[in-house]
Amino acid sequence: MTDRYNRHIILSEIGQGGQDKISSAKVLVIGAGGLGCPILQYLTAAGVGTIGIVDFDIVTVSNLQRQVLFGTSSLGKNKAEAAKQRLEDLNNDISILAYAEKLTHKNAITLFNQYDIIVDGSDNFETRYLVNDACIITNKPLVFGAIYKFEGQVSVFNYKNGPSYRCLFPNPPVKGSIPNCSEIGVLGVLPGIIGTMQANEVLKIILELGTTLSGKLLCYNALTLQNSILKINKSEETIQSVLKNKDNFHKTEADSNCDVDIKPVSIEDFISEKSIQYIDVREHHEQPKVERLDITYIPLSVLEASLDKINTTKKKALFCQSGMRSKHAVKLLQELDIQNCFSIKEGALEIKNILSIRPDRSKNKRKE
Amino acid sequence: MHITIKYFGQIAEVTQIREESFKFSGNLVSELLDALHLKYKDLKNKDFKVAQNQELVSGDVKLTGDDIALLPPFAGG
Repeated sequence: MTDRYNRHIILSEIGQGGQDKISSAKVLVIGAGGLGCPILQYLTAAGVGTIGIVDFDIVTVSNLQRQVLFGTSSLGKNKAEAAKQRLEDLNNDISILAYAEKLTHKNAITLFNQYDIIVDGSDNFETRYLVNDACIITNKPLVFGAIYKFEGQVSVFNYKNGPSYRCLFPNPPVKGSIPNCSEIGVLGVLPGIIGTMQANEVLKIILELGTTLSGKLLCYNALTLQNSILKINKSEETIQSVLKNKDNFHKTEADSNCDVDIKPVSIEDFISEKSIQYIDVREHHEQPKVERLDITYIPLSVLEASLDKINTTKKKALFCQSGMRSKHAVKLLQELDIQNCFSIKEGALEIKNILSIRPDRSKNKRKE
Repeated sequence: MHITIKYFGQIAEVTQIREESFKFSGNLVSELLDALHLKYKDLKNKDFKVAQNQELVSGDVKLTGDDIALLPPFAGG
């Protein structure tokens, strides 16, 4: 135990006392993606006593270019679970909790209350504003990081009476006006740099060392190596308006206005149509299988590498276990310029039940 | 006077330049922004904040600095 943290402990600025502070800290990381991976890796190695990981997404092959906790054996697994598995190998002295769910207005407050520091490694404005507001309501410091192509932003919000993200950008931008990494690309090493800076801010807060980025926004450019630190002023009015909504926060509907979304459709809309390619994007082991339809099996984790299985002339109806992965899959296909793809809102079990109460069209056709 | 203007993220894609020296004689930050909107038509659809001498300010502030930055929000992670 002492050996593991020896290089911390022999630093006079940290010592055993500092390492004890790290061991008793509880940090919640939102998103185990490009930013989340380096954040989690360094906080785990440093011995942060309790680490929570929130991510509903699964690992796909295009994540491996930058999401350094994952390997090919993680493909198709939930990111929070896969990260936990890797991190427990890195450090089994600490407690790691995986929340394989989407952060929502309903679950955020209860979750944040169980931690000391919140780290935002999410990839969309909807979540970023949710995290910011929940940090204001629960009075937790927020270590913020965000990236765009070759540039990154880092800050510490809601810390020691400092400004919040809304004091900088009061409202989410118009839907679709700012693309994310999956739409526009990102230099793989960039989230490594920005996420590591976030981990550094977390440790400084825990250790009460140095100067944090509270009230400041660090802008980093990987191509020019230019670093600008800009001062952010606090808007008490903005913070109060978030607090005013405190009691209704858990009832707030997600603001889909600030995120690109795929509108799901019902299987009922497709059953009567001919010439549809049904694609099951679940992993091969997942049950139940949907019968009565001609199904192409392409797990989301290998979708990009299996484009040859997709019929470009037909309408494509994608489904999965809950309607979440099929949305991701449609988004991915749209980005690859494959048209006429739809995400079915019903999960496999529901689709199976709907089909079971209808006459079997494929059999009737064969009789004709 | 000559003002150094720095563009970040998507804003630099609109202006096609990361930094420029801009000749301007107005009094307010908002007047400078009007001039920039005239020069770069596509700025009007963009969200961004303005920093004057490394401090984020609102448009109605007096233009006192010679170092301005236009800063959009990033969502990526």
